[in-house]
Amino acid sequence: MGVTMTDYEITETLDAKGLSCPMPVVKTKQTIDTLAAGETVEVLATDAGSMSDLAGWADTTDGVELLNQTDEGDIYRHVVRKTA
Amino acid sequence: MSSETDGAPTGPKRAASSDTDSTEPPLADRVETLHSRLDELEADLAAATDDGSTRMTIVATKGTLDMAYPPLILASTAAAFGWEVTVFHTFWGLEILHEERSADLQLSSVGNPNTPLPNALAALPGMDRLTTTMMRRSIDDVGTPTIDELVDTCLEMGADLQACQMTADMMDYDEGAFYDGVTTGVGAASALSEMAEADIQLLV
Repeated sequence: MGVTMTDYEITETLDAKGLSCPMPVVKTKQTIDTLAAGETVEVLATDAGSMSDLAGWADTTDGVELLNQTDEGDIYRHVVRKTA
Repeated sequence: MSSETDGAPTGPKRAASSDTDSTEPPLADRVETLHSRLDELEADLAAATDDGSTRMTIVATKGTLDMAYPPLILASTAAAFGWEVTVFHTFWGLEILHEERSADLQLSSVGNPNTPLPNALAALPGMDRLTTTMMRRSIDDVGTPTIDELVDTCLEMGADLQACQMTADMMDYDEGAFYDGVTTGVGAASALSEMAEADIQLLV
């Protein structure tokens, strides 16, 4: 349920490459705080743990929705929408 | 109890089935009263259990480089979840909040079989320095933030980092020695009262 394919536009891109736990999640949250409801952030990370971390964070945190996660070789790409 | 039994059975059976007893309101009224009381209690319960936010408390008691990370990583991540976080630093946990000393936290090689040194060598002078340098290199290699970066991140995200007053006095740490934004003047009682309200309480 957490990962769904829907139409969306990327509002902002967060480069979290080279960062490890907990920074991809922390920086995603900080970026989300700067967005308006309905806007999205694309997170690019190299931390393999970011796949489960971002999913767990989005699942537990109110007002965010994980739209997509992909493993593009060395880069893990996550798309999160601010819902409220 | 009423004595006008006019031949009908008396005792508990009659009392339980009576809805015409003149001392009680009609059954329908009583059911309605119970219903409204139930609604009230459900509303109270909802208010009591959903205060809008998850709260977490951590007690940080260790000041070695490896043990400084868990409370800070959990606190910054919890803050990213939108939780209210308090970290109560006491004894060696104060080293994490001491701006100058936190930059030079050491890893202990003695009694730590996971370091590459045998214990007999680990006790030699300079060995903690060596294992600490190795750990710092690994931290840097994998892109883990430094302690001061994590402290700043926690404070920036609204986590309440507290320095226990009694142990700060014991170690002769002045309030000004801690990072800006650290809460001082707190003790066991204030920590406990926060723990009592918290959904999650951890000791590190």
